[in-house]
Amino acid sequence: MKMVVVMMIMMVMAMVSEASMIEQTCKETPDFNLCVSLLDSDPRGSSADTSGLALILVDKIKGLATKTLKEINTLYKKRPELKQALDECSRRYNTILKADVPEAIEAISKGVPKFGEDGVIDAGVEAAVCEGDFKGKSPLTSLTKSMQKVSNVARAIVRMLL
Amino acid sequence: MARSESLLPVTSQHDPLSESSSNSIPETRRRKPTKVHLVVYSGFLLIALYITLIVTHTRPVSTKGANDEKTVASRARLAGVSEKSNEHIWKMSDDREGEAFAWNNTMLSWQRTAFHFQPEKNWMNDPDGPLFYKGWYHFFYQYNPNAAVWGDIVWGHAVSKDLIHWLHLPFAMVPDQWYDANGVWTGSATFLDDGSIVMLYTGSTDKFVQVQNLAYPEDPNDPLLLKWTKFSGNPVLEPPPGIGDKDFRDPTTAWKTSDGKWRITIGSKINRTGISLVYDTVDFKTYEKHDILLHQVPNTGMWECVDFYPVSKTKHHGLDTSVNGPDVRHIVKASMDDTRIDHYAIGTYYDSNGTWVPDNPSIDVGISTGLRYDYGKFYASKTFYDQHKGRRILWGWIGESDSEAADVQKGWSSLQAIPRTVVLDTKTKKNLIQWPVKEIESLRLRSKKFHKKIGPGTVVPVDVGPADQIDIEAEFKLKNEDLEVIFGDDSVEDDKDFSCETSGGATLRGALGPFGFSVLADQSLSEQTLVYFYVTKGKDSKLKTFFCTDTSKSTMANDVVKPVYGSFVPVLKGEKLTMRILVDHSIVEGFGQGGRTCITSRVYPTKAIYGATKLFLFNNATDATVTASFKVWQMNSAFIHPFSAVDDLVVPSST
Repeated sequence: MKMVVVMMIMMVMAMVSEASMIEQTCKETPDFNLCVSLLDSDPRGSSADTSGLALILVDKIKGLATKTLKEINTLYKKRPELKQALDECSRRYNTILKADVPEAIEAISKGVPKFGEDGVIDAGVEAAVCEGDFKGKSPLTSLTKSMQKVSNVARAIVRMLL
Repeated sequence: MARSESLLPVTSQHDPLSESSSNSIPETRRRKPTKVHLVVYSGFLLIALYITLIVTHTRPVSTKGANDEKTVASRARLAGVSEKSNEHIWKMSDDREGEAFAWNNTMLSWQRTAFHFQPEKNWMNDPDGPLFYKGWYHFFYQYNPNAAVWGDIVWGHAVSKDLIHWLHLPFAMVPDQWYDANGVWTGSATFLDDGSIVMLYTGSTDKFVQVQNLAYPEDPNDPLLLKWTKFSGNPVLEPPPGIGDKDFRDPTTAWKTSDGKWRITIGSKINRTGISLVYDTVDFKTYEKHDILLHQVPNTGMWECVDFYPVSKTKHHGLDTSVNGPDVRHIVKASMDDTRIDHYAIGTYYDSNGTWVPDNPSIDVGISTGLRYDYGKFYASKTFYDQHKGRRILWGWIGESDSEAADVQKGWSSLQAIPRTVVLDTKTKKNLIQWPVKEIESLRLRSKKFHKKIGPGTVVPVDVGPADQIDIEAEFKLKNEDLEVIFGDDSVEDDKDFSCETSGGATLRGALGPFGFSVLADQSLSEQTLVYFYVTKGKDSKLKTFFCTDTSKSTMANDVVKPVYGSFVPVLKGEKLTMRILVDHSIVEGFGQGGRTCITSRVYPTKAIYGATKLFLFNNATDATVTASFKVWQMNSAFIHPFSAVDDLVVPSST
């Protein structure tokens, strides 16, 4: 009987300690579920340290920016009346791809995380500005909101490196 | 998961042992206990699984660490003061949501400064190795040759005769060795006894380890110090045991110890404690590490760009870094990675064991309520001893407060502050005093003098012509009668907890403030940056003065950070309130009470640009009438440009 109880406790402990690096890290971010789903879905997630997890999120920002730029391109034809706002969004999202992401990757890899923080924060800023340019009638809302959410999670993780 | 097969045999094995009276139990009854155990076991297993599921997948209760937004407690005595989050956290202004805004090139090109150091394009950050040699001031800096954001860092280089008129030179050092392949980072210069220069700098190696490297001028006879040689035995220092590979950077200028060795300090961290490591050397090639730190302060995080230097207790000139003695205090300064704030403290240095102790541990280096060089945007600062004029000079990196898209569009990012002299405040003895180097006055063109008395709640235009490149020196007086009335009036509360940052800005009206200048303003004041004093009635009827800068309405743009900055400023008996403001397009440098409290801000107006930029004087106090005597100079450009043969026509006088 005692043996049963001991084995039970050990099993529970084993399961609990599998609350992994990912889960422990994600608990300290503003969106646990989003954080876990982004990191779990990446094969590098299970063996990454905090820097590695931050870099995975920067990669997600990059992917999301690329996807959003593709959508912006299709919208030029579908919604030509939105050209001005689309131009500004294009500029903003190109900044994410060409400035924010490379800056964050270099800074996090080289151990000067504050510049990485700048980059991931800015990704959220650019997305919000793009969204605002449509004066409430944005065709990109779900993409820009996603970017802001991912930016918030990434930023929380980069902060842990400081 | 279930390992029931392995448990059952154990269970059945235990039966005989745990049930001492079981030996005589017939077989049928033995089977029953096994079944019971199976049921009990399954029950426990289900409970355990359930608990585990809850524990590992519970949404966290706290969301700390993600969002440092501080909500402003409204202390308005006047209706209509809006609550705004105020820190360096960007937030889309509520009233601007839905308003489309785009930067155009007219607005962006206005932002370039006329007389602050900046490269022709791209990103800059930390000042490096400043020095004076053979007639030229040298300035090196962290630079990205490829983009308007941080990355691919090299050492930029420029020279000047007067710390104001800079001439760009080719890069001094680039990442061409394995030990700096990933970045030629921040460093400092030391003059040896024979007048030669050694430079220590941090390299990020090909494996991303932070190491210290030695370099020196290739040709000491070249006053322009164009080329630098890296020591073949680099790196000279690697991260010691117990220090992270990425927590070891920014070596200081060395100072002489009493036994004739050179000593340097390098910032780092151990867990959350900011520390400063100490090394001794005779040749800058091999080092002895001290076991004891120069200093450490818990909960301050990584210390970047540590600086350590003596200041005179009695004299107003600078001291060489090696000076020591009874007339001297020592300053320890560090840049806090966590908060992007440069903090310093005054204390005593013990040369025998290389330690330093602050005068006031409650405002130790890195403590949030401790002293800062500058209460605005100002980081990675570094001093050097100017042996040419006997001054200690401070450089500070001023980053942008706008979006990176704007930086990319305009093609550049970051400025340096105007170099400042640094001395101990011999009157208060508790803080440093900084002041823009006197050479900046050579940029002053025509001036206008004013003397204006303004009652409570007034704004008056100040006609100076163009108002985006100006130097203002001002003196303010409050009427004695007003002060007496206010002190006598018990219904006027003490401002116990005033702070510029939480006040919400200059719309918060007190009996004795705010009053000051509205710079980079448009005619309708839809955009304005306010630099002002806020005098409070403190306890024991003592006046307490604050010096603030409010950028919350500095621009209609919605992608810019617009904080309210500032701090308490000591005002001694008999002193008038004085302020100096340098306005240079997208940068405003404010100096309160002769440089006791300094505030640098970055400002990005969309309308108050070019000919539309105006200057106003304001008094938003409820009770006090203020008399302002001030002078405003138009400032010339410093015409910073690449060095050419023409710039070298006059042979520099040797030093």
